[in-house]
Parts: sequence; C-alpha cells; structure tokens
Amino acid sequence: MSITAYERVRTARDNKRPTAVNYIRNMFLDFIEMHGDRGFADDRAIVGGIARIGDMPVTVIGIEKGQNTKDRILHSFGAPNPEGYRKALRLMKQAEKFHRPVVCFVDTSGAYCGIGAEERGQGEAIAKNLMEMMTLKTPIISLVIGEGGSGGALALAVANKVWMMENAIYSVISPEGCASILWKDAKRAEEAADVLKLTAQDSLENDIIDEVISEENLGTEAFYYSLRDKIEAELRELSALTMDELLEQRYQHFRKIGRPMA
Amino acid sequence: MGIMKFLRPKNELETGGRNSLPEQKAVSEPEMTCPNCHKTIPVSKLRGNQFICQCGHHFRMSARQRLSFITDEGSFTEMFTDVENTDPLQFPGYKNKLETLRKTNKENEAVLCGTAEINKYKCCIFIMDPFFMMGSMGTVVGEKITRLFEYATEKRMPVIGYTVSGGARMQEGLFSLMQMAKTSGAVKRHSDAGLLYVTVLTDPTTGGVTASFAMEGDIILSEPGATVGFAGARVIEQTTRKSLPKGFQTAEFMMEHGFIDAIVSRQSQKKVIAAILRMHKEGK
Repeated sequence: MSITAYERVRTARDNKRPTAVNYIRNMFLDFIEMHGDRGFADDRAIVGGIARIGDMPVTVIGIEKGQNTKDRILHSFGAPNPEGYRKALRLMKQAEKFHRPVVCFVDTSGAYCGIGAEERGQGEAIAKNLMEMMTLKTPIISLVIGEGGSGGALALAVANKVWMMENAIYSVISPEGCASILWKDAKRAEEAADVLKLTAQDSLENDIIDEVISEENLGTEAFYYSLRDKIEAELRELSALTMDELLEQRYQHFRKIGRPMA
Repeated sequence: MGIMKFLRPKNELETGGRNSLPEQKAVSEPEMTCPNCHKTIPVSKLRGNQFICQCGHHFRMSARQRLSFITDEGSFTEMFTDVENTDPLQFPGYKNKLETLRKTNKENEAVLCGTAEINKYKCCIFIMDPFFMMGSMGTVVGEKITRLFEYATEKRMPVIGYTVSGGARMQEGLFSLMQMAKTSGAVKRHSDAGLLYVTVLTDPTTGGVTASFAMEGDIILSEPGATVGFAGARVIEQTTRKSLPKGFQTAEFMMEHGFIDAIVSRQSQKKVIAAILRMHKEGK
C-alpha cells in the first residue's frame, strides 16, 4: 500500500518527529548558539549559530518547533517572526564574511501570523532573505525536515541544494487552507493534499528539490551520521566551485522552475 | 478567425456580450458605488478621473487602464505575451477558469510587461491586474517579471512595477511559491548592477508578492488607502483572537511602521515617477 499525501502531512507534523535542534546537536560539533537580530529581539522560533562538521566550520540555522509543550510555546511552534528571519540573515552574512557554508533546517507551518509580525514587516523580512540568499557568497544547503510551509519556509530555502526528508511536505498553502478556499470546506484537506503535490516525491518529480532523504532509522545515531557525511560531502563539492559557478548554479536552480519549454 | 475578431464589439462587458443585440432604448450607464463615501458614480465619470472618487478613494483598475494613465501615449511595447500557462499540477478546474478569464478579461495573465516612456524617460514597466485571479502569482507572472528584470539588467534600464496581488497562486502549488525566489533572484541581479527599481503598491498587495518583489524596490511607493500586508487580516484576527488596530495593514499604517517611502495619489504618480527617473538617469 502506498502512503497517501495526507498521511505524509500528518507524519510531517508529528510532535514526536526530530526537530531542527535534534539534527543540529546530533550532526554538528561545538555548536554555539547566537541570539538576536541586532535590531529588535531574539526570535526563538529560529535557532542558529556556528558549529563544525568534521573539520569544517559551518553556520547552522533551523526553524525550531520545540521538544515539549512548554518548549513549543517558547519557540512559538516554529512560526518565525520578522526578527527571526532577520536573525537568520544576519548569521548568513556572518557566514559569508568568514567563508563558512550555511546549512538550514526548515520546519514550519508558516511564518508567524500576528499583528506584531505585520507591524514589523513580515513580508519585507522574507523578501529580503530571498534576495540576499540568492547571491550569498558561500554554499547553502537547505533541508526540509518536517513542514515546509509557504513563504515562511522558502525564506530559509534559497539554496544550492534543497533536500527533503522522505515524509516532509513542502507547499504554497496548507491543505486545510486550500480546501477551505477551494471547496469552502477545511475537512476536505485530504483531497487538497493530493492535488497540491506537496510530498517530497512530488517535489522531486517536479524538479523543485534535488533529493529525497530516506527516513530509515530516523532519529538514530546511524541516521544522523550518514546524513552528516552526506552534507559534508556535498559542502565539499560545492566549495570546489568557483564563486560565479556557485551563484549561477543557485540562480538556475530557481530560474528553471516554471519556465515554459522553448 | 481574424474577421471574427474584427466583427466583435469593442467592449463586450459593457454591451453585455456579443450575443445580446443592442436595444433601441437608452441603456442606463453603468455605475459604481464608492466603498468609502458610499456615493454612486457613473463609470464614465470615474474613468475621466483616473478611477478616483471625489472623496479621494482610489478604485481598483485593470492593468491596461493603469497603463494609459502612467505611460506616454503610444510609448508602450508589450513583451513576453507568448509565455503560456502550462497548468503544472493539472489542478482541478484551473484550466477552465483560466480560459474563462482570458475571454472575459481579454488579458492572458495577471501581469503586463514591457518597455515604455514616462514623460519621455524610458523604462521597463510591469503592471499587475486585480481582475485576473486577484493578481495572484503563478508561473506565468513569475516568468514574465523575471524576464523583464533580466531584460532590464541587460539593457541597463530602470524598472517601474505596479503590484496588486492576493499572493502566490494556489492552483500551481509549489511552482507558484518558487516564483518568489525566482523573481527575487532577478531583482537582486538587477539591483547589483546598480539599476533602479521602483515599486508602487496598489490595493491589495499581500502574501507572496509582498514577501518578494513588492518589498524589494529601492523606492517603495503606495497608493493611498491600499491594503498592504503579508498574512490576511481575517486570518490574523481568527488565529490571535485580538481585535486589529485601526487602519491595520493600510499603506498609511505600513508607512508609519517604516516599510513604505511615500504615499502618492494616482494623479501625482506620473509626475513623481518621472522625477525619480530623472534623478537616476545614467551617464549625462
């Protein structure tokens, strides 16, 4: 039996699934967390800092949903505010300065939806990240580990390589939102999940992501080590490119999407 | 085909379509009610006043109508009309919806792109259309805007962009979302080449368009009273269960919070944009 799209949605949202912090702590050494956007606040929905992967210093940034109820509230359920995206960009600029590659972990139902978020320019913050990431002069890898919820996810996923976990989802709108707009009935989310083509496999077939990562042994040491080795190998390959090649590769990754056949 | 097009009445909407015979009695003139002052105004009168009510309310207008108010007469050359929608997800009902809209709107998509002159200053221009799926951004909109910025970068031209959008187009799923990154990349290259990009936000500019090229201008102008935001106001109200502050997500509110350079009424836009273009002219 194949797994339905909506079952993937449920799995992607599962509380027991490893979050960004689990990936960071299990794959990287000497992680030092950095807080704040130097402008307004520290948004705990985004966790970022510097660490090593093998001998290589890297900047790691993840959208963190939290480990338990108390923690989830602290991290606002992985819904970043503008200052979260601005913190992420600050860390990326720091990475560029010190020639460190960037690894992002994406897991959000979407950017935070609130009065303050609008007042502080949620749209502007995301837009700026998209622009700046496109020409950031260092390799970027983004992994969608759970939910890839719309613009709030894309703001950390303008990368040279975009990977998705086998049960992760990536979508322009939640299946519930889609169903309520399309059929005025949020309960038809299962159908919406199908038509939105939001699974990792769909995204790969549509040539929007580069790879689907197997979830066999998800959360075990073996899983993290093999993923870590894969990230390290990819970063070394990307680091071997000239800067022009690296930036052109990233540009073309997105440029080709939705280009009609000549 | 060519002859059929020739025989078709000029404006099907106002005559009730080509199947309705013109009646002998005087047809009452179409009117619109202002959502601000609630007065009813004949459309012809509104058109003569750039679709601005006496009370100052700026009505939404089609991209073509806007074009005639902003650019010098006869200066516009439309580009990229050959970019066609491929319905990448084979989304239910989408193809039919597009076909119907193309017939009634006589536009093939939600954005017009091309080159034009504004008080003799040459520029690239894009104008989004609220009447085509609320200016939502799918692959065609993304592709046309990206091509316009690539063209402008190559020819070293400024870009003027009028935005109006409900956001990314749901019916094209992740393909739509990726247009945010694609257009932003093209804007960035244009910007890195030292070239000018001015956006004019019009009612409503929201969602994925706000979170990409609308907010990426060197200069961000807005029409008065336009809704400008990322998340929908009703969604925010429902999720936070808080009442929204007065004027929330209006252009004036966004300017107060530091995200818009200036609010410019429709009557002044041509003059202001021309002045900006003049101050950014390359060379001598």
